[in-house]
Amino acid sequence: MQAAQSLDQTFAALADPTRRSILARLALGEATVNELAEPFAISQPAISRHIRVLSEAGLIVQRVDGTKRPCRLAPGALSDLDQYLQMLRGSLAQNYRRLDHLLAKRAKKEKDEKS
Amino acid sequence: MSELALTTEGETHVIVKRRFEAPPEAVYRAFMDPKLIQQWCLGPEGWTMPVCINEGKPGGKIRYEWSNGKGGGFFLTGEILELDPPHRTVHVERMHMPDPTPDNRIVTTFVADGSGTLMTLRMSLPDAETRKAMLATGMARGMEASYARLERLSGWKTAS
Repeated sequence: MQAAQSLDQTFAALADPTRRSILARLALGEATVNELAEPFAISQPAISRHIRVLSEAGLIVQRVDGTKRPCRLAPGALSDLDQYLQMLRGSLAQNYRRLDHLLAKRAKKEKDEKS
Repeated sequence: MSELALTTEGETHVIVKRRFEAPPEAVYRAFMDPKLIQQWCLGPEGWTMPVCINEGKPGGKIRYEWSNGKGGGFFLTGEILELDPPHRTVHVERMHMPDPTPDNRIVTTFVADGSGTLMTLRMSLPDAETRKAMLATGMARGMEASYARLERLSGWKTAS
């Protein structure tokens, strides 16, 4: 039960593109909240909220450094399960975008043949 | 909304939902016709599917072979269990890497949604050992590529 719950929590945390970008950034090394907020056109409270979700899901850890709270990836945070689901998502998303184009192309062809 | 929704169902299943801007008949066909499958079911950039067999009838066989054009590849075999065109398919499949992964039973449904189709795919979540094996293969390159894209989009560069 516990495991299933944490799985859902991890998954919910990974479902958001901003949070996935934060993780991708932290994969390169520790960063402060300000540094994490920089590339995004969203407020710092919004970034802090994303950081809290990631932290509660056990994906990142924060330490205290004076007034700063630098974040880093929790050791072993991206489990093989997370990696697998990310891989599956990436691969399916790409397949379905190709399928969108194929369906549009075929619909157009059908329409042209009718007219 | 054509964004992919991927959720877990407990610890054993994955549910994928995606809307397509085409009627169920067209989407169903794209999932069953080998000539069409070969054009989209390719995974990461740079991969192709030189062999695509889908016998398209209950009891029929499925065999998809992927290649990265550099000697890397893997294949999938399966059997079709149930077909209810254009609404629903049930099949079982396994990856060969080269050892076969445990059978994955996949139920795919296509429901008309306005002028489009809502597709739902329910499949098994591979166990930890299978996931590790899958990640260890070339399939993991899809993930690397998506991270690379993510980094490009976010304006970060890897320090390599």
